[in-house]
Amino acid sequence: MAAAAAGAGAGAAQEKQFPPALLSFFIYNPRFGPREGEEENKILFYYPNEVEKNEKIRNVGLCEAIVQFTRTFSPSKPAKSLHTQKNRQFFNEPEEHFWMVMVVRNPIIEKQSKDGKPVVEYQEEELLDKVYSSVLQQCYSMYKLFNGTFLRAMEDGGVKLLKERLEKFFHRYLQTLHLQSCDLLDIFGGISFFPLDKMTYLKIQSFINRMEESLSIVKYTAFLYNDQLIWSGLEQDDMRILYKYLTTSLFPRHIEPELAGRDSPIRAEMPGNLQHYGRFLTGPLNLNDPEAKCRFPKIFVNTDDTYEALHLIVYKAMSAAVCFMIDASIQPTLDFCRRLDSIVGPQLTVLASDICEQFNINKRISGSEKEPQFKFIYFNHMNLAEKSTIHMRKTPSVSLTSVHPDLMKILGDINSDFTRVDEDEEIIVKAMSDYWVVGKKSDQRELYVILNQKNANLIEVNEEVKKLCATQFNNIFFLD
Amino acid sequence: MGEEDYYLELCERPVHFEKANPVNCVFFDEANKQVFAVRSGGATGVVVKGPDDRNPLSFRMEDKGEVKCIKFSLENKILAVQRTSKTVVLPEKRNLKLLKSQNINVNWYMYCPESAVILLSTTVLGNVLQPFYFRAGTMSKLPKFEIELPAAPKSTKLSLSERDIAMATIYGQLYVLFLRHHSRTSNSTGAEVVLYHLPREGACKKMHILKLNRTGKFALNVVDNLVVVHHQDTETSVIFDIKLRGEFDGTITLHHPVLPARSIQPCQIPVAGPAPVTSQSPIPCKLYSSSWIVFQPDIIISASQGYLWNLQVKLQPIVNLLPDKGRLMDFLLQRRECKTVVLSVCSQMLTESDRATLPVIATVFDKLNQEYKKYLDAEQSYTLALEAGQSRSGPFLRRPARTQAVVDQSDMYTHVLSAFAEKKEMPQKFMIAVLMEYIRSLNQFQITVQHYLHELVIKTLVQHNLFYTLHQFLQYHVLSDSKPLACLLLSLESFYPPAHQLSLDMLKRLSTANDEIVEVLLSKHQVLAALRFIRGIGGHDNISARKFLDAAKQTEDHMLFYTIFRFFEQRNQRLRGNPSFTPGEHCEEHVAFFKQVFGDQALMRPTTF
Repeated sequence: MAAAAAGAGAGAAQEKQFPPALLSFFIYNPRFGPREGEEENKILFYYPNEVEKNEKIRNVGLCEAIVQFTRTFSPSKPAKSLHTQKNRQFFNEPEEHFWMVMVVRNPIIEKQSKDGKPVVEYQEEELLDKVYSSVLQQCYSMYKLFNGTFLRAMEDGGVKLLKERLEKFFHRYLQTLHLQSCDLLDIFGGISFFPLDKMTYLKIQSFINRMEESLSIVKYTAFLYNDQLIWSGLEQDDMRILYKYLTTSLFPRHIEPELAGRDSPIRAEMPGNLQHYGRFLTGPLNLNDPEAKCRFPKIFVNTDDTYEALHLIVYKAMSAAVCFMIDASIQPTLDFCRRLDSIVGPQLTVLASDICEQFNINKRISGSEKEPQFKFIYFNHMNLAEKSTIHMRKTPSVSLTSVHPDLMKILGDINSDFTRVDEDEEIIVKAMSDYWVVGKKSDQRELYVILNQKNANLIEVNEEVKKLCATQFNNIFFLD
Repeated sequence: MGEEDYYLELCERPVHFEKANPVNCVFFDEANKQVFAVRSGGATGVVVKGPDDRNPLSFRMEDKGEVKCIKFSLENKILAVQRTSKTVVLPEKRNLKLLKSQNINVNWYMYCPESAVILLSTTVLGNVLQPFYFRAGTMSKLPKFEIELPAAPKSTKLSLSERDIAMATIYGQLYVLFLRHHSRTSNSTGAEVVLYHLPREGACKKMHILKLNRTGKFALNVVDNLVVVHHQDTETSVIFDIKLRGEFDGTITLHHPVLPARSIQPCQIPVAGPAPVTSQSPIPCKLYSSSWIVFQPDIIISASQGYLWNLQVKLQPIVNLLPDKGRLMDFLLQRRECKTVVLSVCSQMLTESDRATLPVIATVFDKLNQEYKKYLDAEQSYTLALEAGQSRSGPFLRRPARTQAVVDQSDMYTHVLSAFAEKKEMPQKFMIAVLMEYIRSLNQFQITVQHYLHELVIKTLVQHNLFYTLHQFLQYHVLSDSKPLACLLLSLESFYPPAHQLSLDMLKRLSTANDEIVEVLLSKHQVLAALRFIRGIGGHDNISARKFLDAAKQTEDHMLFYTIFRFFEQRNQRLRGNPSFTPGEHCEEHVAFFKQVFGDQALMRPTTF
């Protein structure tokens, strides 16, 4: 891993590696300062803020010029990125005239020259455009989830309000971008679904419907188990970004008290409830405290049509998490939270242990307990279903992969090839490191397999992949 | 009190007979359920009416004194008349043979014709009962048992009267019902009915206690497996259902009345006259009259008015009297003619004004499906036994009866759910929740869900534009795979493009729909994909070349056409040793097209040997 190697290489080896890093990130609207001398008005957000004003204006101006200039070649598809020796710039126009720009420094290898002076070498071809363009788009989606659209902020309070919101959001959010560990999965922005038998799924449906009935102000519900989605009452696109937030930000932050278990000191600080394991991940920490604040994150969904603002209540019992979303115009009271806790807590606790039990039974039946022999990534564009045996569990800081970054890059390259044509395709690559990498695209599905069989020939590799499809994907229409 | 509040009624067509008076004696035979009206000791006529007889029997016999009892044998073959306490006369000369005798001191006896069991009251107190069971000309003695009297009697006189004992079959089992009156010494709050279970084999056992919570004069009936207790003082009745959950102490179950006490529904009878031709207006029938005599299981006779009624239970009024829907279902599902009411309860709980909560709806569905599953299982084991050839082995194998309590998917679909899903004013969340709850319940009882229910779910989701919900249901295989469902999905593609993928996946899983998959792919001009698919499953030797060449030509992609054409040339070569098409394949047009585009020399040459 690039990140891990950075420190290790310092002593013995002659090389030092530096992973890609965020150089700057800014948002501007050219309409806000069209005249000379007013250029500063265009800038809505700029990171790092310490940069001198004129440099900010210069950088924004340069981007504006590039976008304008390239537009003449391709009016419908403006430039998405600019490659330079030292860095790469990514452009995104999520709302009309609002531009977001992210500048990423290329990875660096620092070598000792003969005379002992360090020589810096930029690796210009390492970064994948699609990966970082997707990261930039995600930045906007995440902002929109918690703040609504840029336009809405303008309507509500003009440029001042928009600037405040951008500052408040991105100041924190940019610190959580881990650019060194972005890969194919960032392109997909997929959702991992929890595999479940029909009966348990129906029980969960029944539970959700009952909760929505008893807690009548609940508008939408989402249900997750083990950080994997089981049900979404939200539309797909909104769920996609909410899922990202839950699994990469909210859940990891709450992992410690859970691992600590029920009787640990950490646990003891939690509001004691002997009947169930339920607790709020957002909102009040202690329901017994009459002063407890019932503040929930506000989220915005269906921004294209109904534009709904909602309070996000996340409630968890054991490995089962439920998101209840209620209309933002209704302020949830402590009484409501207590009622929710008393209704949802016991039922969710039972349901969570049911799911766990059923899951273990199914695992035993299907014999999938054993480590998967294949390293693969699967993605379905239709339902955003994503499955990876390459990625380990995500931690708040990095997503760990079990394969070499070079192989991950090959996967990204294959994906770029797939994007270029509509037809079904299959690409087989023999990597330098004696791995075979296979990419298959069938209708809306993509499958990437990494095989560690250096003596295998093309036919054998093809057979292996067929075997994988027959065992893992026999219940879908996936062309051989 | 509205008519919708009475849950007991007298039957519409009672048996009418000449009422009792000094010259007309009336007798009732419990075995044949016949009423005898004997005028002047029979000299001026005996009229016999049974509940099912269209034509009453009437005859005359010599008046040889007061008749104490008169009965027919089964099928009205032999008449027996008792005029003194020790002689029975058969009008025709017959031989009677003593088959068996038992020597017991008997206070009184009671015979239950349905079960062919006679109870004899023995001992001084009369509370030790000795049952005998008659079958095929034999008489078997069952173990005797003791009825617990309310308080230890001080005297040694007869303490158990036959008036307080009844025998009836409830849910297929014979019970001795004992009406235990309130005793001041005990701290009971009122009288109670004690049910002793009297099995054909084994000892009689005290099983249930029905708490009446009142005192006074009572009479018992058993209707549709319900114990009905009439109370004369208040002129009301209560009903008990021993299958409903009661308070169980380990040996005995305590029951309270299922419903609040109500009078039998008031009714009218024509003014009693010698001939019922009078057009006089009917008069109200006096209910709970002291001249009423009650017989088991469901007979009420008014000798003074000359009527015999069967008591009946009305189910519809009970729906509003039993607010607990789960208990209501338990009750209704045990009743003989419950289906209409059960379905109306289901419809009612899904109306906007009378809407039940989802947990209640789930409970109701579960109870219905439990009965449904029981029947399906019985049906299945019957079929299995038939197949195993047990049908010859004896009369034990009987097709399971489908009672009215069996409410299947088709009933629910036709009478409840399809109308429900049409309701415009119904919130869509509730609508979907109810449909899913029914499917959940069916699955829980491992009942295969019928395709039309899945279709209803899909149509409802589509109507409300809930495509993503539909997608998720399909993803978790909640809606079972079937060809019709796959076709339905295909038809949704223009509204929701992912339906195409969902449909193909479903066809693939069915594994019997390979032809359909090829058709779908060809219709999408995915000729190569279709060919690869059919080759993958080994079906490429049997497909029509013309169909694929047609599709390839339509794409206007010459290279694709070339590939497909070459594939079939190779197939021809492999199968027939020659790459050219046979006339039967009707590919002349495509061969010409191939030549036109790629030239004659591009055609594959036959391999020479």
